[in-house]
Amino acid sequence: MPATNSLKTLVVSSTVLGLGGLSHAMASEGYTDDVVRIGVLTDMSGIYTDLSGEAALEAVRMAVEDFGGEVNGVPIEVIHGDHRNRADTGASRAREWYDSEGVDMINDLSNSGVALAVAAVADEQKRHAIVNSSSNIGLTNDYCSPYVTHYTYDAHSLAHGTGKSIVEDGGDTWFFLTVDFAFGIGLEEQVSEVVREAGGQVVGAARHPLDTTDFSSYALQAQASGAEIIGIASTGADAINAINALAEFGVTPEQRPAALLLWYDDIVSLGLETAQGLMLTNAFYWDANDETREFSQRFYERTGRMPNMAHAGNYSSTMHYLNAIEAAGSDDPDAVSETMRELEINDFFASGGYIRPNGRMVHDQYLWEVKAPAESEYDYDFLRLVTTIPGEEAFQPLEESTCHLLDND
Amino acid sequence: MDIFGIPIQALLGQLMLGIVNGSFYAVLSLGLAIIFGVLKIVNFAHGAFFMLGAFTAFLLAQYMGAGYWLTLAVAPLAVALFGMLFEFLFLRRLYGLDPIYGLLLTFSLVLVLEGGFRVAFGSSGQPFATPELLRGTLNLGFMVLPLYRGFVIVSALLLCLATWFIIERTPLGASLRAATERSELTQAFGINVPRLVTLTYGVGVGLAAFAGVLAAPIFHVNPSMGSSLVIIIFAVVVIGGLGSIMGAIVTGLGLGVVEGLTRVFYSEFSSTIVFLVMVLVLLLRPAGLFGREEG
Repeated sequence: MPATNSLKTLVVSSTVLGLGGLSHAMASEGYTDDVVRIGVLTDMSGIYTDLSGEAALEAVRMAVEDFGGEVNGVPIEVIHGDHRNRADTGASRAREWYDSEGVDMINDLSNSGVALAVAAVADEQKRHAIVNSSSNIGLTNDYCSPYVTHYTYDAHSLAHGTGKSIVEDGGDTWFFLTVDFAFGIGLEEQVSEVVREAGGQVVGAARHPLDTTDFSSYALQAQASGAEIIGIASTGADAINAINALAEFGVTPEQRPAALLLWYDDIVSLGLETAQGLMLTNAFYWDANDETREFSQRFYERTGRMPNMAHAGNYSSTMHYLNAIEAAGSDDPDAVSETMRELEINDFFASGGYIRPNGRMVHDQYLWEVKAPAESEYDYDFLRLVTTIPGEEAFQPLEESTCHLLDND
Repeated sequence: MDIFGIPIQALLGQLMLGIVNGSFYAVLSLGLAIIFGVLKIVNFAHGAFFMLGAFTAFLLAQYMGAGYWLTLAVAPLAVALFGMLFEFLFLRRLYGLDPIYGLLLTFSLVLVLEGGFRVAFGSSGQPFATPELLRGTLNLGFMVLPLYRGFVIVSALLLCLATWFIIERTPLGASLRAATERSELTQAFGINVPRLVTLTYGVGVGLAAFAGVLAAPIFHVNPSMGSSLVIIIFAVVVIGGLGSIMGAIVTGLGLGVVEGLTRVFYSEFSSTIVFLVMVLVLLLRPAGLFGREEG
């Protein structure tokens, strides 16, 4: 709950602040203070808790531990906070962290509204923010910054993964059920573009508030639209409820649902019986190869759950940030930003990944299909790889970006 | 055929859904109205008890293999007992104090319950299967109505009418109404008013939990399922007239329908319409549609 959580965070962060103050005496050369501090700003109590939340924090902690707990002899510290899915809360927490708590980098940032607000603060304060759990492509366009990295996925990669494959499969007319904020609207726009480019038609959309439980009326609107494909531009509990309602009112399978951002966790919630056959574009799946299995096993032992792509992205991006500090020999934001964009990312999460000048981390995306219950052979055996989408195709071409750091004008 | 450019199918479909939602509003606001009528407590925890009903059913099914019909009977009783314990241990101490104390106490119970369940079960929600018997759909011509939703309407209305009947037409109800109006005088007649009060709270809470079990297969069982409803329920009770039994039932259903119709014409406004109606009613009839002006 908001009140209790903010109290908890206050206590935790003030303790951290106090401890930080003790060791302020000796600052290493090249480091703004004697510690590299990472803040995990996430949804600890609301609708996106299961997608990021506590497990995102754990992923960042794992990365720091695996890195050895210090970089060039400077200790690394992780603090966390709850943005409660409110852009203003997120922005003021970020400002407080950068300003007075010496936070060098903020990670996770679920909820596009929050991510956009924090990106603006990061740019102004010249400190780093890495977005792993939001999709709005404004982050690498109008709101881009040398200090902001958009790491795991974005609306463009989702649209060009799931959206495109369904259009190519003959889904010509679309109706959207869209969650009414930056994330849903951005995603709807991206997919609509893909649909129109392919000669398809968007016949309408219904917007619903975040955290809607009853989708029955939207299901009827979708039905009345007569569209072949019902594009679900929401995620987490919203998407789960929408898919269930469409099935309940007999909208599907006559009209096909296309979940545009489905998480691994959503499939756990839906169950294979309901979810089978759904397509999803995810940057990571625990069971993809030996490396992903190794990481996922360790993650599972700590959290009791398999990591989703944001958790994996939180780990990988934290590693990359720390690698950049080590290589640069400093935590100076400009030096780190430059090094982050120079170093290639090769780990269980990405191979040959790199960060463009506008902050977009380019790496392969994967289109998955949910298995039928009979095909699932062991626990968490949920997905089958349909195709790999090369990073260059998945993400927005650099020349289309409106980022002011590029010479695209 | 179109009405104001809206296909009649869409109109009737949304109307039907309005009645389904209205059934939930009716059962929930009925419980709230009874509690307010007798205890003069604004039971902010009503949504949490609704959630608790759904979760109890989920836990019974998950860990004890209980079937739907058993959970529909047992879960409301269990939650009602919990409610009565809460009334006996905590709420009882606040009678006669400013209503804000009752509101704060019940609100804190919401925070504890929702927070606790979120820690234990996460926020995405737990699936709850529709009972085998009601899994089909009913083709009404203008829409496909899931059988289960039809069952929700029928059982909610029967429960509302039964509650109304007990309160308005039986000796127990008569004592209850007497205790509401003149509690000391009723006590003087040898009726155990404190026990009646605890029982009333239990019934109100049980109604909320019953609605929760009804809702479980429709909405995913999740910790915040009650908090989105409770504000609307308060508006329903205010519109119906605080403490009015029939008012709560009729207004609950009526507002569900109004909401459904609003969805057809201007969907974005549907979450606000209830409050607009509340403002209008408060301006024109401050005691509510069915309430009596107190002298």
